[in-house]
This record gives sequence, structure tokens and C-alpha cells, in this order.
Amino acid sequence: MNNSLMVNIARFILLVFLQVLILNNINFAGYINPYLYVLFILLFPFTGNQSLFLFLSFLLGMSIDLFEDSGGINAAACLVVAFIRPHLLRFSFGISYDHQNIRLSATPFGAKFSYVVLMVVIHHFILFSLEMFSLSHIILILKKTLFSSIFTIVLVFLSLSLFSRKYR
Amino acid sequence: MQQIFNFLIKNKNSILFLFLFAVSIFFTIQNHAFHKSKFISSANFLTGGVYSWSNDMNSYFHLDDYNERLLEENMKLRNQISSMHDSVVGAKQTDSTAFDGDYIYRTAQVINNNFSRIDNFLTLNRGKSSGVFQEQGVITSKGIIGIVDRVNENYSRVISILNSRSRINAQLKKSEHFGSLIWDGDNPNIVQLIDVPRQAQLNLGDTIITGGRSLLFPKGMPIGSILNFELDDTQSYYTINIQLFNDMTNIGYVYVIENLNKDEIQEMQEGEDEQ
Repeated sequence: MNNSLMVNIARFILLVFLQVLILNNINFAGYINPYLYVLFILLFPFTGNQSLFLFLSFLLGMSIDLFEDSGGINAAACLVVAFIRPHLLRFSFGISYDHQNIRLSATPFGAKFSYVVLMVVIHHFILFSLEMFSLSHIILILKKTLFSSIFTIVLVFLSLSLFSRKYR
Repeated sequence: MQQIFNFLIKNKNSILFLFLFAVSIFFTIQNHAFHKSKFISSANFLTGGVYSWSNDMNSYFHLDDYNERLLEENMKLRNQISSMHDSVVGAKQTDSTAFDGDYIYRTAQVINNNFSRIDNFLTLNRGKSSGVFQEQGVITSKGIIGIVDRVNENYSRVISILNSRSRINAQLKKSEHFGSLIWDGDNPNIVQLIDVPRQAQLNLGDTIITGGRSLLFPKGMPIGSILNFELDDTQSYYTINIQLFNDMTNIGYVYVIENLNKDEIQEMQEGEDEQ
């Protein structure tokens, strides 16, 4: 338990710094940036305290906002995906999520893929909608959501396979 | 009573979610309202410190570029001095009240630069302690960058011209027709000049400079050149796409301009309004 706490704190700090110092400066093709920090929300223990999880997700988004000067858009997006995560987990992994402590690395690829894609796309869509803050930019919002999501999803799977621990 | 408590405990996550969501939306709306973002900004001790630390390393990779820019600017200024040598430098300055000139320039370094979002900000490594205050213009030798928006002791935040809320007065170099400089959020090296009257004679490649109506920038600061233009829906005003002289994605060092006469001019203009 204690080990898991330390891992999550370290992951939180590392992801914030990685995001603001490196990933926010990529600007591929002018505006495409990956938002890898959602990895924290994706990997937070499934059976952990839900209230704490909501609060930490808010704090994560707020730290990014502080660096990016973007008000509260990252905080809002993180909060929403954290709130709907139990539903998405049930959707992607079936009922097994309710009964046992499954690990992301030990799940079938299809289920993992749908979980990651749904979380990332919802997060990005809320993020960019709040950033533009007007429906007249809907095409730009969808465009940014699409390209940034692809970028983020690729990075998420790369880091999952890089840092996955082998069992048995 | 029991039931109320039970309800609260049962739905504590939803209530926490709604509360935190309201807080973040509040910050978002604050940030979208001009000059009202009091709480969250990158001009603070923590983020400013992190950014200046990372910038200490990054700036080494651009030293060649910065040097070249300095050389170009020096050359320009030297040419200006040599051309005015006979007439001005020899003459004694007689009007002692205007001795200081109208503007003071201060140097600063950009430690954080955004250009990929629709509301972009920059962070500078100078604050109140170096004489940087709100509502001062920020330029480089090649063109304008933005307007100082928030300051603390050692850092300041600048609203970039690449921001949907930025509106800066600009005009054509060859005539006095002016308009407002805005950004449509698309390309970080192309901004738009709107509300230029139809009577203006436009050619591709014409230079756009700052107008004298803004108290923040001296008249005649370069901005960019005309890329293309078209009449807007009312058929009476031009919308002009401008290619910036600055590369907004690589800025480095900037000058912050303080207008010494600003308070006096503002006081006079407010007095006019009251009458």
C-alpha cells in the first residue's frame, strides 16, 4: 500500500514536469501536443479511494493550468474523466472490474485499447472545447482533438509497454 | 436529518465532483475575461522558478541566433546614428523637461512561450523589482510581441499578440489608415488587421507598423508585411493577413517599453470624458 502511494506521488510529479517542460513545447505541425499526463488518471489504482482520486485529478489538472496560464481547463477535463472512469472501466473490462483488483498490464489488448482511447478522447474533447470556449470553432476543436488524441494514445501505449513489469 | 446525512455520504463523490468542477469552470471563465485572472498565472514564484531554470539550459541552444539578431539591430542603429550625426548629435539639448525622452526600454528574457493554443501567454524573467508593470508594451528588434498583463516581484506575464483577446492599434506605413490587430488562432506567424477603411491603397508586401493611438507602443514599431487582403462582409473594410517579421515560435530576448507620459495622457483623456 505504502509502495503504491510513493509510486503514485512520484508519477504525479514526474508527469507534470514532463508535460510542462518537454511535451508542451513539441507543437508538431504548429499545434499538435500530446497530453501524456492523463497517464496518471489511467493508471491510478482501480480500487483506490474514489474521493481522493477525484481530488488528485483536479490537483493534477490545476498544476498543469498553473504552468500553462490556461485558467482551469485541464483541471475540468481531468475531473470529468476521473469521475466517469468507473463507468468506462465497467464498459471496457466487463464485470470483472467490480470483483477483483485487475492490473492494466494483464488485460487483453482490445479492452485496454478501448479504455485508453475513450478516456483520452473524452479528456481532449473537453480540454479543447473549454480552451476555445465557443461553438464557432467546432471544426478546430474536433481537428485538435483528433490529432492530439492520436499522439497521446501512441505515447500512452509506448510508456505502458516501456514501464510494464513482467509477472511470473 | 439522518436521511440527509445518508444522502450526503452516499453521494459524496458526486458532490465533490460538482464542487471541484465548478471551481475549475470559474477559473476558466476568469481566464477568458480580460484582466480579471487574479488567481492562476505563471507569473509566480514556483512556475517562474521552474521555467527560468529550464530556460537557463535551453537558451544555450539559441545563442547563435540571438547573437545574429543583436548584430543586425546594432547595424541598423549604427546606420541611423551615422545618418543623423551632423544635425542632432552636435546640437545641445535645450528643453530640459523632455530630456529623458518619452519612453524607457528595459531588457527581459522570455522564459516560457506559448503559441499553439488560442489564448497564448509568455512569461518574462523581470517583474516589479526591475520596473516592469502592467500595461507596458513588449517588443523585439524585429516587431511587437504583446502587452504585460500580470506582474509579481520577479516575473511577469505577457498577453501575446497571438491571443484571441489581444487588440492592438496598427496602421499602414505609407499612409495613416489604421485598424485593429487580432489573431484568428490558426498560424502563429500570421496575424490579421481588421477594420481598415476601403479607401486605403493596399499592395502585397506593404509594411504594417504600430499606430500612434496606443499608449503602449511608440508609433512606427514594425509589425509585419501584407500577405494578402480582402473586403469583409460589409464591403467597406479590409481584412488583411499579415506575415509577422518576428518568428513568434523563437523569441528569446525582448524589450519592455515604459511610456513616461502615459499617466498624464490618460488623465487628460479621462478629464475630456467627464466634460
